[in-house]
Amino acid sequence: MHPAYSVILFTAASGAGYGLASWLALAALLGLLPAQAWAGPIGFAVALALIGVGFLSSTFHLGHPERAWRAVTQWRTSWLSREGVMAFLSLAVIASAGLVWLLDGQLAWWLAALVWLVSGVTVAVTAMIYASLKTIQRWHNRWVVPGYLVLALATGGGLALLITEVAGQGSALALPVAVVAVIACLVKLGYWRFIDETVAASTVATATGLGRPGEPVRLFEAPHTEENYLMREMGYRVARKHVARLRQVAAVGLAALPVPACLGAMLLDGVIGLGLAALTVGAMTIGVLAERWLFFAEARHTVTLYYGADRV
Amino acid sequence: MTSLPTTTTKRLGLVIDLDICVGCHACAVNCKEWNTGGIAAPLTDLDPYGAEPLGVWFNRIHSFEVGEGASGRTVHFPKSCLHCETPDCVTVCPTGASYKRAEDGIVLVQEDLCIGCKLCSWACPYGAREYDYDAGVMKKCTLCVDKIYNESLEEVDRVPACVATCPASARHFGDLGNPDSDVSRLVAERGGYDLMPELGYRPTNKYLPPRPKQTKAGCTGAPAALSPAPDEAPAGGVFGWLDRLLSKL
Repeated sequence: MHPAYSVILFTAASGAGYGLASWLALAALLGLLPAQAWAGPIGFAVALALIGVGFLSSTFHLGHPERAWRAVTQWRTSWLSREGVMAFLSLAVIASAGLVWLLDGQLAWWLAALVWLVSGVTVAVTAMIYASLKTIQRWHNRWVVPGYLVLALATGGGLALLITEVAGQGSALALPVAVVAVIACLVKLGYWRFIDETVAASTVATATGLGRPGEPVRLFEAPHTEENYLMREMGYRVARKHVARLRQVAAVGLAALPVPACLGAMLLDGVIGLGLAALTVGAMTIGVLAERWLFFAEARHTVTLYYGADRV
Repeated sequence: MTSLPTTTTKRLGLVIDLDICVGCHACAVNCKEWNTGGIAAPLTDLDPYGAEPLGVWFNRIHSFEVGEGASGRTVHFPKSCLHCETPDCVTVCPTGASYKRAEDGIVLVQEDLCIGCKLCSWACPYGAREYDYDAGVMKKCTLCVDKIYNESLEEVDRVPACVATCPASARHFGDLGNPDSDVSRLVAERGGYDLMPELGYRPTNKYLPPRPKQTKAGCTGAPAALSPAPDEAPAGGVFGWLDRLLSKL
């Protein structure tokens, strides 16, 4: 599948935003961020900005962005429409929570729980857009939704750690963030293993209904001499050459760098702790972008069976 | 609304005979011709006379090679929208632009509701939907809905453009929901099948398999092979005289 930059940016930014909002709500409940600290409301503002930029960038790949409002109407059947509904709902809840915290100096437990709920549901709904597509077996599996959820929590955790460090509120989040980073990396390793070992039921033989079992079916002549929309959008192959290296980049960025950096930030105060938190955010950003790029570039669509692929 | 109708009165669709399709692409050309003036018009072409032309087509003919050696054969494989009974391309649409008609099962796009998110083309396993980069909306086969019900045309012409133009009669149009229709009988007789049945989209269009290959010429009464022409020159006549004359020179 063609990896559109706007969709990579959108899923990475909004995921980190929802993750950050969830960590801030947790920090507020546990008293890790005192009421008078500005870090809470500022953190919520950063989360809202990330989510807002994400959703805005997701409209860039539309043919008619001015009609985007129509996308909230078909929530009964469409995961994309459900995402649109959840985007507005979650932005309202998170903005309200930030405002309450700013004015009231504290966050009620039910409001924090509501932040977790809308964040988790929105990220899961985004993942379901991909996981519901039967045409792409590498998305239509049980690894996709957990992957999106745990990556949102990990990348948001890095940001939450950085914000608490900047606010001088210590590094209590460092250990849980490191644990989530390890889980995120394990889920991605599990996903990659799954897609490497599993082949889809659809083959060129089922796509055409031709050939007896075991008989080869090959594309003899393509329908057209130049690329068409289907080949551009569904037949993307560029990144596959660098799959192994990009997976390493993702694993290093998501866990191998952030985990020691978080543990270091736990032990070291001041500027060094702050620097390690910043390193965590930088590494996770590169890691999640590499992961998202691969998520699209490695996905194989059944339509490629009509253009020379014999398996997906 | 992108919810699917629970039942459709008719199930209009195509039956494509892979045994007799000659791969001439006339159906694709006539499809382009009709539909670039029809309800999905225009079927935009970008850079049409340049080095990399790119255009919207609703019907494309792939050619496959099946089997090896003496049992191998070439099969021309036309592919257009299959107007599935459970089309995910419709249910994933976030705006309601995609819909399946309750009266005849035709899957259509209302272009002025389409935001061009392309998700429907991701959800279609068969590659039936093509994006118009110029118009910014998704387009697809309409089963010539603006032709098959068009009362200003002669009744015989009220069939999809691809069916009307096929010189080999490899394409058939009709109601596949009616077990007594000509197309349904054809499917039953010839073992018509679904593409990618494992995905569960339940396509309406059916494909008829190529008939078993004839390996013996005996069925026509002709000898299996012709004996080669004799190498020696004729004994008499003008050519015989010429042969003798030239041999002496």
